[in-house]
Amino acid sequence: MSVNEQVLNYPIPSDAPLDPPEEWARLRGECPVAHVKLPSGDSARLLTRYDDVKQVLADPRFTRQLTAPDAARLSADGGGVFNSDVAQIIPDSGEEHQHWRRLVGKWFTAKRMAALRPQMARIADGLIDDMVKSGAPADLKAGLGFPLPVYVICDMLGVPAEDREKFSYWSDTLLNLTRYGKDEIEAAQAAFFQYMSDHLAAKREQPGEDLLSELIAAGGPEEGGLNDLQILVTGMALLVAGHETTANMIGKMVSMLLADRTRWERLLADPSLIRTTVEETLRLDANSGFGLPRYLPVEAEIGGETLPKGTTVICSMAAANRDDSAFEAASEMDLTRSPNPHLAFGSGAHSCLGQSLARTELQVVLEVLLRRLPTLELAVPAAEMERVEGLAVGGLRTVPVRW
Amino acid sequence: MKVTIDEDKCCGAGSCVLLAPEVFDQREDDGIVILLDAEPGEDRHAVVREAAAVCPGAAIAVSE
Repeated sequence: MSVNEQVLNYPIPSDAPLDPPEEWARLRGECPVAHVKLPSGDSARLLTRYDDVKQVLADPRFTRQLTAPDAARLSADGGGVFNSDVAQIIPDSGEEHQHWRRLVGKWFTAKRMAALRPQMARIADGLIDDMVKSGAPADLKAGLGFPLPVYVICDMLGVPAEDREKFSYWSDTLLNLTRYGKDEIEAAQAAFFQYMSDHLAAKREQPGEDLLSELIAAGGPEEGGLNDLQILVTGMALLVAGHETTANMIGKMVSMLLADRTRWERLLADPSLIRTTVEETLRLDANSGFGLPRYLPVEAEIGGETLPKGTTVICSMAAANRDDSAFEAASEMDLTRSPNPHLAFGSGAHSCLGQSLARTELQVVLEVLLRRLPTLELAVPAAEMERVEGLAVGGLRTVPVRW
Repeated sequence: MKVTIDEDKCCGAGSCVLLAPEVFDQREDDGIVILLDAEPGEDRHAVVREAAAVCPGAAIAVSE
């Protein structure tokens, strides 16, 4: 590194809740493999160009082995979801990973998700009924964005939705990189582990028609299934993944569309734009969270630079999604953009397993909101909304709306 | 238009099926892509091109 080269603190703070930090454009243009300092104080390299991010996410040399002794720790206490030992129980690469992925992936096929549409719409209608009963203004995140995906994933896993406060806390401790101390994170992980372990014992006694019961029924590794610990960690991972991600995205999507209400009006006039609109809000989500870290156990070249063995790389999909070399008028929201090969769900063999679920949930929520609350508007100026800080998955604290 | 798929690259994300369920499906037992129509009609060309462009595993190829 030259002495003149600036080391950025990462995550890069942004004052505007829905807009990207100005540094992204500069980094893409001048410094596509930037030096950054993580909350832990450790160093990493930040990728912001579309081609680089896409290549790294699909390149098996860039591994997910963030527990390696010389990998960067993301958070001050070395905790957090990416550095967790628990995260290593699910096979990380090669054939074993593909086997795990296919066993679990069959639960998230597009057809299965399409079949859940009526149920999702009913849940959304019920939640909106409650919002309407309590009257405007309301917090769309607490009233709709959060509970809907949680109900859906709880149902898929056969865990009781009444326990959602617990899941919410556990998942926050796992995904928050700055808010909790090491003791608190460990206590929460232990409690979550115990909960899931008791839940699986109950499912063994009395199987249901849910994903976890089916994973148990598939038998152990010798029968082509997963071992007990893998099933347990899979349950924890899916519950966390199905929790903060889409839940936060619903609030961000609606805020982005209402921040310029002509977008909302265009959708009211032409609901056939819902699908491409969902993709475009995923692409332009400037607050998508930390990005994806990768660890290099070998030397490799990216973006014209040779990175030494032992480098930790952070892929900013959100910055890559605004790269003018990949998208025409990349900073503009185009509700008709197609194709829209954004990287919000990653790319390659590890791209988001639940992306059909997320897409379907986002489409259904938008459909139901447009139908039920066509007069919906933000109850505060968009610039006054606040980001949740420190989360691996970005979100807004509240989404105040009226109608 | 001729469509081909590469099962080894498929990660089962299902984005092709969400876009063009008449052309693509997924196997019930592992979520891997099934090609239902290797030579789709003209009215489906745009959506099939889109499916190929957004496939996260780059598992769909289209030749015209």
